[in-house]
Amino acid sequence: MLSSQIKSNEIIFGSCNKDLLEEIIFYGIELGADFIEIFIENTDNSSVLAEEDFITSVSPSFGRGAGIRIFKGKKDGFVSTNDLTKHGLMRSVSQAIEMLDITDNKREVFNGLNKYRDYSLSKKKWINEVPSIHEISEKLLVSTKSLKKNNKILTRKGSYSRNLQEVIIASSDGTYVSDIRLHQTVGLNVIASDAQYRSSGSRRFGSSGMPNEFRLWDHEKAANDVFESSMNMLYADYVDAGQMPVVLANKFGGVIFHEACGHLLETTQIERGTTPFENKLNEKIAHESVTAIDEGISEGSFGSLSVDDEGMEPEKSVLIKNGILKKFISDRAGELRTGHKRTGSGRRQNYSFAAASRMRNTYIAKGEHTKEDLINSISEGLYCKSMGGGSVGATGQFNFAVEEGYLIKNGKLTSPVKGATLIGEAKEVMPKISMCGNDLELAPGFCGSISGSVNVTVGQPHIKVDSITVGGR
Amino acid sequence: MNSREITTQISKAADFLNLKKWDYGASFSNDYSVQVDKGEAKQLKASQKQILTIRVWNQSNLVGITTTSDISESGIKKALKQANIASDFGNKNESTEFSPLAKDPIKVKEVKKRNPVGIKKLLTVLREAEVKLLESHESIKSVPYNGLSESFFERVYANSEGAFRSYSKSQAALYLYARAEEKNKKPRSSGSVKLGYGADDIDIESCIKEASNKTISHLNYSSIKTDKYLICFSPESFLTIINAFSSMFNARSIIDGVSLSNKNSIGEKLSTEALNIYDDGLHEKNISSTPFDGEGTPTKRLCLINRGRIENFIHSESTARIFKTTPTGHAGLGSKVSVSPDWIVVEKSEEKFDLKTSLDHSTYEGEFVYIEELNAIHAGVRASQGSFSLPFDGWLYKNGNKISIESATVAGDIKYLLKNIVNIESSQELTTSGISPHIWVDELSITGDA
Repeated sequence: MLSSQIKSNEIIFGSCNKDLLEEIIFYGIELGADFIEIFIENTDNSSVLAEEDFITSVSPSFGRGAGIRIFKGKKDGFVSTNDLTKHGLMRSVSQAIEMLDITDNKREVFNGLNKYRDYSLSKKKWINEVPSIHEISEKLLVSTKSLKKNNKILTRKGSYSRNLQEVIIASSDGTYVSDIRLHQTVGLNVIASDAQYRSSGSRRFGSSGMPNEFRLWDHEKAANDVFESSMNMLYADYVDAGQMPVVLANKFGGVIFHEACGHLLETTQIERGTTPFENKLNEKIAHESVTAIDEGISEGSFGSLSVDDEGMEPEKSVLIKNGILKKFISDRAGELRTGHKRTGSGRRQNYSFAAASRMRNTYIAKGEHTKEDLINSISEGLYCKSMGGGSVGATGQFNFAVEEGYLIKNGKLTSPVKGATLIGEAKEVMPKISMCGNDLELAPGFCGSISGSVNVTVGQPHIKVDSITVGGR
Repeated sequence: MNSREITTQISKAADFLNLKKWDYGASFSNDYSVQVDKGEAKQLKASQKQILTIRVWNQSNLVGITTTSDISESGIKKALKQANIASDFGNKNESTEFSPLAKDPIKVKEVKKRNPVGIKKLLTVLREAEVKLLESHESIKSVPYNGLSESFFERVYANSEGAFRSYSKSQAALYLYARAEEKNKKPRSSGSVKLGYGADDIDIESCIKEASNKTISHLNYSSIKTDKYLICFSPESFLTIINAFSSMFNARSIIDGVSLSNKNSIGEKLSTEALNIYDDGLHEKNISSTPFDGEGTPTKRLCLINRGRIENFIHSESTARIFKTTPTGHAGLGSKVSVSPDWIVVEKSEEKFDLKTSLDHSTYEGEFVYIEELNAIHAGVRASQGSFSLPFDGWLYKNGNKISIESATVAGDIKYLLKNIVNIESSQELTTSGISPHIWVDELSITGDA
């Protein structure tokens, strides 16, 4: 279709937009931009919610928009709009130029858009391959029915969402790509209740680029897992606060590394001066048992992508190797402002955000120990089987809720405990990760930060932290 | 298209598709924002956004919905078609209707219309604010989180029975979060947020002063022993807790089984009789107020807790019908209509009750923990279970001295917290999320490093 060279005064998905994009980029360069990037998206999303034995919400949505970013020196102006006409896009360029108050006469050279890279060719059929709302509804209802295992289950929910995003990215360095991204996620959760006792259980699953994945999802296994978790925690006592060794389970246990350390390795944190690791490249920042990776290439993983939102193919970045800091996660602005090479990590929620350095699939590499080795090594501590959400403060302190926890006594798992919170700082905790298991697994999640909410995976094998503050009652 | 033209367009397209019953909500906004880094412009941002949400009722009176940013003739037709398809999966168990109050008169606050000051002025103002904040104390080395923004938007609700509401407003926001560093000490950070109807209305000097004072006040810190303490919640932190557990007053949450309350909880005693809590979206100090909700119901002041007892729940159209009452103006617009509070006002009852009035955060000399700001709400609150475990910024007051607490969490149960309120100070303070006095609570667990 590209060769058809249709002249248009509006961006048309599935058609050739090269002339129009070049004209807009040339316009920005002529007005004095050092660099101009155009990100255009077309979305087709839907979500379905099942509660108890009914479908209670079906929410389709669609939309389109463009984000135009212009750099002058190290500062940038970003304008987003729903107007994809030539007039609308040029008006946005003018607005960005005006914001930057460009007055010098220096003009960059724009040599046109390079050979087109189309990552979407094999993906155009996805929209016809994803499950229909009817199919989704049927399976969600079966799933919520599976959660009804006893009369202590107070509420049952199953939710599904599908995001299909078609993007065109063009910039004045000649980048010209298009791609189609598909993300599907499905979750189950329950609240259990018995007299004054209450507990909850939840699990979420997600994939990218696999239209058939929802059909393959083992809802029965997921329902059993969620049910067992809620029952185990229903009569749990509150944990006593204190300093203690902990074992963090694999999969979503990796959220702590993601939040507490991963964000501090994004170049946006260097730009702000808020990471303690800024000048620690090639220095030891973690226990030698820790190797940590961020990549966007694992097939089907929730944080994987063919090309980032700045048109660069994602790389596998070894962030920490045997405890030594090796690399930061960088985007275009990060490279410009901090000197760290781009890693294919420029990401954004949608066209209304400028891309920023963001994690993709981030995990601690597997070690050599079994889960039992880790637990057996602790006389008194806490096993965090399932983690809830968490956050990191402006000075690096983190705080994470433990959704499902068990006391460890004399190397054995004992009673379930609730209300536990893990508190610490990355630079103090990373050297205390003394043992890594051999059971690395990834789990999907959503990460909210400067450029909005993006799909990621977190992951790790079981790990042991020698000592951490556990908040409780 | 303007909002009247959109209504006409939807009406025509609905007729064409033989859709007799529909409503829609739309918003149109122009936003401008700036960020700076040590005197230099960092990111300058502008956006034009439009969002349209259409609901249609099919012949079985089931509702379907679609949301789109494409408000063209073809976009509207596509949205109606998709909503019609979605209506096949409409909730058969709980019906949705138009709000019976969607045509009632609305109260619109008299606010002078502000015009955009423009990116250049925003940038100049923020640069100056950053410089002043950096110069306010030698330990303040950077202002890593900062921003000044102004937004101009219109909200619309209309339905096929002739309801039409439109509301335009402007809002500006300034936030400054400073980072202080001293040798051999951990970096400390704190900040301030100020809102105004326009950028010229924002009290910039007070934002700088507050950010500076708060940051400096945390420079000398110490860990705190894990124990139970007498707590004084700042107005901001108490409002944070009330908002986090607002499902107690939320009819939607009650129906869904995720609230601590139930249908019969009206009249239940939660706290001291000295405590009154209102939701007051139209309060004169609420800059973010809107005169109607997602279903077109007028916003109004509603008493949630009266003399310590639950007085009312907040409702959408469908929850109000189930509870045999009227909508309260707290609905969103969605396939499943959400319900949420607007702006919480906490008051001390005028009558005198058994409070420990000697507890005043500015004069009390005994030991207590002052919680200035609660963090990580999304992670540390289990609203359906009533429990919380939250990191906070605050101080330990002891022997007439105060010292910043290095890193700690406060944990407890919301019902226990409300029942153990031992004093409500007389003077209320305005925050960005509501109004409240300082609130004292006995015996809450604090986990520290010591």
